[in-house]
Amino acid sequence: MDYALIWAILISVAVFAYVALDGFDLGIALLFPWFKKEEDRDVMMNTVAPVWDGNETWLVLGGGGLLAVFPLAYSVLLPALYMPVIAMLLGLIFRGVAFEYRFKTKRAKGIWDVSFITGSLIAAMSQGIMLGAMLQGIQVTERAYSGGWFDWLTPFTIFCGVAVVIGYMMLGATWLVMKTNGDLQRQSYRAGWYTTILLVACIAFVSLYLPYVDKFIAERWFTYPASVGLWVLPVLLVVMTIGLLRSLHKKQEGRPYLWGLGMFLLAYTGFSVSIFPYLVPRSITLWEAAAPDNSLKFLLVGAVFLLPMIFAYTGYTYWVFRGKVDTDSGYHD
Amino acid sequence: MFESFDALFLARFQFAFTIAFHIIFPAFTIGVASYLAVLEGLYLKTRNPVYQKLFRYWVKIFAVAFGMGVVSGIVMSYQFGTNWSVFSDKAGPVIGPLMGYEVLTAFFLEAGFLGVMLFGMNKVGEKLHFFATLMVAVGTAISAFWILSVNSWMQTPAGYAMNDVGQFVVTDWFEVVFNPSFPYRLAHMLLAAYLTVAFVVGAVGAWHLLKDKTNAAARKMFSMAMWMALIVAPLQVLVGDFHGLNTQEHQPTKVAAMEGHFHTESRAPLYLFGLPNQETAEVDYALKVPGLASIILKHDINAEVTGLDQFPKEDWPPVATVFWSFRIMVGVGFLMVLAGLWSGLQRLRGKLYDNSLLLRFSLFMGPMGFVAVIAGWIVTEVGRQPWVVYGLLRTADAASPIDRAGVAGSLIAFIVVYFLVFGAGTFYILRKMAGNPEQVHIPEHAKHQPTMAAERIYDEEA
Repeated sequence: MDYALIWAILISVAVFAYVALDGFDLGIALLFPWFKKEEDRDVMMNTVAPVWDGNETWLVLGGGGLLAVFPLAYSVLLPALYMPVIAMLLGLIFRGVAFEYRFKTKRAKGIWDVSFITGSLIAAMSQGIMLGAMLQGIQVTERAYSGGWFDWLTPFTIFCGVAVVIGYMMLGATWLVMKTNGDLQRQSYRAGWYTTILLVACIAFVSLYLPYVDKFIAERWFTYPASVGLWVLPVLLVVMTIGLLRSLHKKQEGRPYLWGLGMFLLAYTGFSVSIFPYLVPRSITLWEAAAPDNSLKFLLVGAVFLLPMIFAYTGYTYWVFRGKVDTDSGYHD
Repeated sequence: MFESFDALFLARFQFAFTIAFHIIFPAFTIGVASYLAVLEGLYLKTRNPVYQKLFRYWVKIFAVAFGMGVVSGIVMSYQFGTNWSVFSDKAGPVIGPLMGYEVLTAFFLEAGFLGVMLFGMNKVGEKLHFFATLMVAVGTAISAFWILSVNSWMQTPAGYAMNDVGQFVVTDWFEVVFNPSFPYRLAHMLLAAYLTVAFVVGAVGAWHLLKDKTNAAARKMFSMAMWMALIVAPLQVLVGDFHGLNTQEHQPTKVAAMEGHFHTESRAPLYLFGLPNQETAEVDYALKVPGLASIILKHDINAEVTGLDQFPKEDWPPVATVFWSFRIMVGVGFLMVLAGLWSGLQRLRGKLYDNSLLLRFSLFMGPMGFVAVIAGWIVTEVGRQPWVVYGLLRTADAASPIDRAGVAGSLIAFIVVYFLVFGAGTFYILRKMAGNPEQVHIPEHAKHQPTMAAERIYDEEA
């Protein structure tokens, strides 16, 4: 069996689970500047408070998993992306503590709002920059990163950072549509609409720009007839976008978030197709990066049993906290 | 400000700084999670409202500390790669899967049930809620199991071979997980976490008893804490002794540094005080008890005790740091035993809550568990130097190819952010602790059956 490939798929699932779950809770913070009322902000935070640290655990699994099964990729990518990784970690600190601190003080509540917003912005932006840096390619000599200190910082990676920020805002807005009522919900519909349009524009730009500047990616997507199967991805993306905009227009409540997730899944699949089979693009393939088979097998045995359990009790938590959140329920006793 | 240090030193300092901050939170949450499970279990069994009050009181504090533990922990899972990439590449196939298991069996369990524990009291009913609390407590202990297995493997590697690209690969997973120092380290650390929290709980109880010795909730927590001190503190001394003997067998340089033994000698002295001098290989200003180290380490006054002179100087750990951290840890440990015995005596005389000197001493002991935990980790981690994987991979050969400016920048950022953010968190926790546990508000509906109202079971005041 090709354990390396199985693990590449599992790690992709973990990273996608992270993006899908932490995406909306980062997105809610990113929307804070447009929602100024304190009660609204309380409700927004309350929609994610019971689940946020479970969501971030997927990021720990992404990091720990990469170390476990692709140690070489882990030890090249993290030094290569040193600054955005550190920035992300610090951003996550500022935003994570705000969930608790914000309700411990009246005087300093504003400070923790700012901490929540900026922390989330830095974290989301850094994640987009890392994504962009991977698409650009990472220079390796022997078994170590050999590029420059600021290789990750280009107009393209900044653009990817902004795109991820907008994408998370879309997820946050559609999540709020599902979880809230009244004015807050009406405003979320509007935010959902604008961010969807901006996001599609960003995805379209990246999809056209990359094949234009990068021969490898151009060949991957535009080799006839091998690539034809891949063209279903952009077609589906258009379908998802129309579905999302229509369901926002029809004021549906649960569907917009699901359509939004669909868009993310397709964009993420597109990203994976563009870098496959590399884990460190154009330098190290997933097979070269893989740990010895017995390490892969040892962890796989557990993952096969544990991942379904994790999905089950995570699902249970979401089930317990299903339904609308409003000002009366939540932080007030 | 860091011009005189090289990139390696800065990377080591950054790791030491971030992990020393981080360990405070798990040490605290491991203990508090178990305490909460005990309180909730006792409430369900006895229906004594004091347990319900204490549960609600401590769960608020737990929530803040847990949040800080999560965010400082994410840093750890990435820092192996950002700053110790050679180590990650070489040791990843061994330690990576253990950390993977930690995430899969512990972190998800804690985080998954934490939401129910904190916000679900009125949504799931009390039995399920108790189950959630139990799962959080079990999760914290499982997490300790795996991460201490990883650390112990770095101290006493076993069950491995090397492959052709210089990676450690596993020949026997059982030997890796249950490597020689692991059982001792796990027991020592878990007891440390429980003791640390017992003394925090005892100090909070003492604080409120000093204001009003009839405060029922404060009496209850002080009493519970002092039982722990009486039983667990002596047990910890015993476990620590076994751990030390195990270290002597597997990491003789570490024990030699702990004891300040530069020279191999029979009737080896126990240094009570002194300044170990790495250059001259002597302990300056020594105050020593001849022969006592031979008795403690070998249980024979004439036994020869191995000193650092048996090892090349480039394999010595920084002796003074290890020597002094060890004395601080042991000193705190004996103060804990003293508190336990003293409280036991007062309890026998029926005056546990009346002796203001004991209450003040307990207040002083409140943060001492953290001091001992950090000092203990400095002993074991600095004592492992100059190795990152003992005897096999030097720390100096394990770092990432990041230049000095980069590491200095991130180090300064971590220092500023940690003091700001965790300083604020500590302030909020202390403010919670200053609140009177007798006045914890229990909403009417919480006393009856579950409702569908989402209720955050804390934060009735802001």
